[in-house]
Amino acid sequence: MRRTAIAPNAVIAILLLALIATVAIAGPWVAPYDPQAFFPMVRLQGPSAAHWLGTDEYGRDLLSRILNGAPETVLFGLFATVFGVGIGALIGVTAGVLGGWADNAIMRVLDGLLAVPDLLFTLLIVTVLGAGMGHAMLAVAIVFAPGMARIARSSVLSVRTRDYVRAAVARGESGAYVVMREVLPNALSPIIVESTIRVSFAIMIGATLGFLGLGAQPPSTEWGLMVSQGRQYMFSNPWCVAVPGISIALAALGFNLAGDALRDSLDPRGSRR
Amino acid sequence: MTSGYLLRRLASIVLVLAIVTFAVFAITTILPGNAAVMILGQYATPDAVKALELQLHLDQPWYVQYLDWVGGAVRGDFGMSLRLSLPVSQVVGQAFVNSLVLAGTALVLVTVVAIPLGALTAVKRGGIADLLLSIFSYLGTALPEFVTATLLLVIFAAPDNGIFPAGGYVAPWVDPAAFVAHVALPAVTLGLVLMAHISRQVRSEMSEVLNSDFVRAARLKGLRERRVIWRHALPNSLAPAVAVISLDIGYLLGGIIVVEEIFAWPGLGRLLIYALENRDLPVIQAVTLLLAAVYALSNFVSDIVIAALDPRVRHA
Repeated sequence: MRRTAIAPNAVIAILLLALIATVAIAGPWVAPYDPQAFFPMVRLQGPSAAHWLGTDEYGRDLLSRILNGAPETVLFGLFATVFGVGIGALIGVTAGVLGGWADNAIMRVLDGLLAVPDLLFTLLIVTVLGAGMGHAMLAVAIVFAPGMARIARSSVLSVRTRDYVRAAVARGESGAYVVMREVLPNALSPIIVESTIRVSFAIMIGATLGFLGLGAQPPSTEWGLMVSQGRQYMFSNPWCVAVPGISIALAALGFNLAGDALRDSLDPRGSRR
Repeated sequence: MTSGYLLRRLASIVLVLAIVTFAVFAITTILPGNAAVMILGQYATPDAVKALELQLHLDQPWYVQYLDWVGGAVRGDFGMSLRLSLPVSQVVGQAFVNSLVLAGTALVLVTVVAIPLGALTAVKRGGIADLLLSIFSYLGTALPEFVTATLLLVIFAAPDNGIFPAGGYVAPWVDPAAFVAHVALPAVTLGLVLMAHISRQVRSEMSEVLNSDFVRAARLKGLRERRVIWRHALPNSLAPAVAVISLDIGYLLGGIIVVEEIFAWPGLGRLLIYALENRDLPVIQAVTLLLAAVYALSNFVSDIVIAALDPRVRHA
């Protein structure tokens, strides 16, 4: 059955992603106040005409801090995922193309790494490397690689026995040509769907690391760090934790919905659900 | 179920755990250069570093250290905690029991809520309950545990009129009522993501089953709708839910780290954070290995359950 109208969750995904992109690109420039400026007269206030989302324990404007922290929070997820997908795809495609015992050995190692829960694995790596945004990003990329490798490998395997690939091989095309021009483009859609969803996980893990003090460091306005700083005052002004917390959820939700919508449009079999 | 299938799955678990031990060991021991300096800090005297190196057998080649550690781990001996002056197995054992109580409560909560919820929304597809479920399940997957936990604390644990305590642990066999009060918020936090996943899975599977021939046959036979849904359709929708539950145990194990830290629940997660902050290597290694082992075993158990539910999988 062919759908004529665009699915409602795809519309929400596009709107949310547009909002996230705008805030992440323009945020720091449109912030109404200096995100680090203290205004002791307006400590811990709720939303008002002057401060749309309220103020924190130093009277800093929460909206300005959110806007200022948007690039760091969102780009963390994007970069970590892109990096992780790159490493993973390289490993997975290599395994899928090589086949045989090399493929077997690589996959067994990946199975082992996949048995360690993501957050635990990330915490271990960040502890070894030391706290900080760059290290956290590298850690998330490393942790994402095995799962992405597995997906890349299985989609390469399913593509490489197709007729058009055999035809290219029979034509006498070089191995590199077959992999780059025939196998990869056709194996790409599961990788794209999975990476879109992974961006939302990466944003959440990055924020969690910030919250635990292992990611972004003060005076950053990264959203996870903002929640952790707001916790001390959460009962006198819940906006201190609710505003950054909900912002994280919205960013994660945007990429999550986008991944689902992409899956529906790229894989017609899955769209019945 | 064939014993060959079981043996093959068991062998693959042993292999996975062997790789995990190696990875954990490599990350915690080989990479940082000198573990003794990492533990003592960069201002440690050379004598102190030397003494700790001897205590940790860091003067041995890495493969001797690795085999020593694995040999001990197999016997349940993970050495002494560097900070707590207690055997690691004792510290980790106690924390494991506490974590198990929390994770078990969360899983029961999830199963009791998510499966009927999924079934209900499948029966009334397109209704308001269905819409609410899909909003809830998207929010559930987009809220990191630390945000959910913090928001629940703000709403339910305010110091003046809180319904629940803000943290701590009471064993269920000591004071059941206090246990329920203390476990409620952490269990709901942990369970939210899983409820979202599982109810959605049950819903989509059940929708398909409701359109299948045997459900039509059951209806044509004149069975009452209630019996068709709960006795015929639901049991046949559960195998995928079991698969999702087992995959979600990975989330659960990652989630307890943050949730236990926030709610001061003395389990493996809180112990791990303490050990990471204090560079307590033997504890870090033991907790990581234990969590990975639980994850691998839960996958194994779920494979068996799925195979038992579906004969086609058994020989695949």
